[in-house]
Amino acid sequence: MDPRLVTAVIVVVGVPAVLVGYIWLTELGLRLFGQRLRPRIRPWLWLAPALAFLAVFLVYPTIGTFVRSLHNKAGTEFVGIENFAWFFGNASSLIALRNSLIWLVVLTAITVGIGLLIALLVDRVRYETVAKSVIFVPLAISMVAASVIWTFMYDWRTPPEPQVGTLNSVLGSAGIAPVAWVQQSGWAFNTILLVVVMAWMWTGFCMVILSAALKGINPELLEAARVDGASERQVFRGITLPLLAPTIAVVTTTMIITALKAFDVVFVMTSGNYDTQVVAYQMIKQLYDFGQPGRASAIAVILLLAIIPVMALNIRRFRAQEAIR
Amino acid sequence: MIEPTRSFRIRVLAGLAAIAVIGAACGGSTTSPSPATSAPPASVPASGEVPSTPSDDLSGQEVTVIGTWGGTEQDAFLAMVKPWEERTGATVKYTGTRDLNTVLTTGVASGVLPDLAGLPGPGQMTEWAGSLVDLSGVLDSATYSSETAAPLVELGTVNGKLVGVFIKTAVKGLIWYNPSVIDLSGGAPATWDDLQGVVSQNASKAQAAWCVGIESGAASGWPGTDWIEDIVLRQAGPDVYNSWWQGQVKWTDPQIKSAFETFGSVVAAAYGGGTGVNATNFQVAGDPLFASPPGCLFHHQASFITGLGGFATATAGTDYDFFPFPDIDAQYSGAVEGAGDLFGMFHDTPAARSLMAYLVTAEAQDIWVKIGGALSANKNATGYPDDISKRSAEALLNAKIFVFDASDLMPAAMNSAFWSGVVKYASDPGQLDSILAELDSAQADAYGG
Repeated sequence: MDPRLVTAVIVVVGVPAVLVGYIWLTELGLRLFGQRLRPRIRPWLWLAPALAFLAVFLVYPTIGTFVRSLHNKAGTEFVGIENFAWFFGNASSLIALRNSLIWLVVLTAITVGIGLLIALLVDRVRYETVAKSVIFVPLAISMVAASVIWTFMYDWRTPPEPQVGTLNSVLGSAGIAPVAWVQQSGWAFNTILLVVVMAWMWTGFCMVILSAALKGINPELLEAARVDGASERQVFRGITLPLLAPTIAVVTTTMIITALKAFDVVFVMTSGNYDTQVVAYQMIKQLYDFGQPGRASAIAVILLLAIIPVMALNIRRFRAQEAIR
Repeated sequence: MIEPTRSFRIRVLAGLAAIAVIGAACGGSTTSPSPATSAPPASVPASGEVPSTPSDDLSGQEVTVIGTWGGTEQDAFLAMVKPWEERTGATVKYTGTRDLNTVLTTGVASGVLPDLAGLPGPGQMTEWAGSLVDLSGVLDSATYSSETAAPLVELGTVNGKLVGVFIKTAVKGLIWYNPSVIDLSGGAPATWDDLQGVVSQNASKAQAAWCVGIESGAASGWPGTDWIEDIVLRQAGPDVYNSWWQGQVKWTDPQIKSAFETFGSVVAAAYGGGTGVNATNFQVAGDPLFASPPGCLFHHQASFITGLGGFATATAGTDYDFFPFPDIDAQYSGAVEGAGDLFGMFHDTPAARSLMAYLVTAEAQDIWVKIGGALSANKNATGYPDDISKRSAEALLNAKIFVFDASDLMPAAMNSAFWSGVVKYASDPGQLDSILAELDSAQADAYGG
């Protein structure tokens, strides 16, 4: 029999068997303890595998990355904050930092803003499902494929040749000279064009989540407000928006993290040329092209630190909400 | 509270058995990706003996190979290994990736490596020399060095250890033109000034003097680095050229700066200008030569362009022809820049040894040479399909001054910075000083160790 088939069978049958086996084993072990202690130990035993995975695959690498970021190229010598100093003293990484900031602000604004708008608009129409599906579909496309699609959208050919890029052929039919879109680095215009690609994919995601939250709002509340003579705008600002706020916060956090992780679009569409590099792209470049694991780790740490305030805000919000319940 | 019963104990045992089975499966799977590393069959001579000849019976064995070749190049490579597979019964499992550097960097660090691999360049090869197998015991050394151009043998050697061989080579810095547009039957321009004369005489025949395209994904910019290298070699000479890639000449040095500026004059006279240069993929950059009316008069590219883009379907000699990059300073006349695809061996297995030894033979080399698009480092491979590839092979093997592609010899970080520097320069020539200053700091960084 094909060894892969054997492996598949083992995985399908074996993994659940191991899980069940583990639970039974812990029960066996628990018999060593007194009746009173058991309920207090049991949850920890059940959590142990997950915690072990977290420790091995998340905590240990994080600490390792931090330690590595304080060492030189070969990892043999402690260099303190030299790698961080390099990052902030380097023209190319400062542009990457600026671009990541643009990604963060513009991507979040477009996806959450337009996502919310669409969710509100389609909430009242009969063809809601169709409209939502159409907007959601791009999320199913892989990031690389989406980038390739948009490479064709932005394509530019030396003028006498026919423009096969969608945008430029539209311009051409209006009699306007074609523009080499991804090379327009003035005002970071090309970076914003790349953000649009990601926004095209993620707006649907924001819309679906916000739309679900919208459906969760008790219609009686809206009804009551309207009966009391509130205008639609007042209903939205006074009732809908506050009730949607926790969801908007979650979606915004997700998009901020997505923006900071942006890499694929830049890699496929410009390879970081024309001043479109982002922080995550610099990290990959340092690690693989430049053989600088120390610097790459430093960039990873910077990215991690940049996300912490967002996480902290989120947790505070979550706690506040729990307190209300 | 659950009270364990008899059936419970049985189930516990079953669970334990499942753990054991999975453990065994995992243990098995760690060795299975490279079956070639398992014990060789008895019929194969042990390593250390005479290099295994291609006639050895290696049936059932597999050699994993990673390279950058895709498309027609991949087909050519597979055609090249086919006779070996038929003779030995072993199979070649080839994976082509454009991201070879990443794959092998990770591989060298983790130890998960293919048996044979294409190497991105001599610079990178030197960094991996410790992981590569010494090929002097694998190949028939005497035959290899007598059949191969000496500079290429030398380039594959690190500290006296032969770790890389050239599967195929190319001459860089050939100037291509369309003979039906420009008549050069009176003799090709011998100097850069002559070439400028030809350009101005024929200016009305095409929209621009040059076709340049440097887009190449993550490696965008490299065709421009070839331009600058060719200019440095002929303007400043091979000594400066060699010290430059060794990191001993600064980028802000007037000789390097002047090479950038000469390239800048080409970009200014290029089809589509700097924007076109950056937006056009190198594979199709020369296509406007064949357009009507022609987009450009000349295209600068290595010999391998004959296998790519519009060249692949055009007829050598009637649609396109070439002349070597003209001299700029007469004292460096006859200098040639070459390049090639290095191959190295990471696992010393009988099948890998046999394949490696086979690949450098004139017999194997002839297969790719005949398909076209490749020159051989082997002097006895003579099956070139047309006069043009024969002439380019001669240019390579008979060069008075031979240098290897400088950017490929630079440390990877320097090479990568050079690529993006060229892209930046093409889009904004006014930034030259700051681009060169940035390259200087990249240089200080990259050669530091």
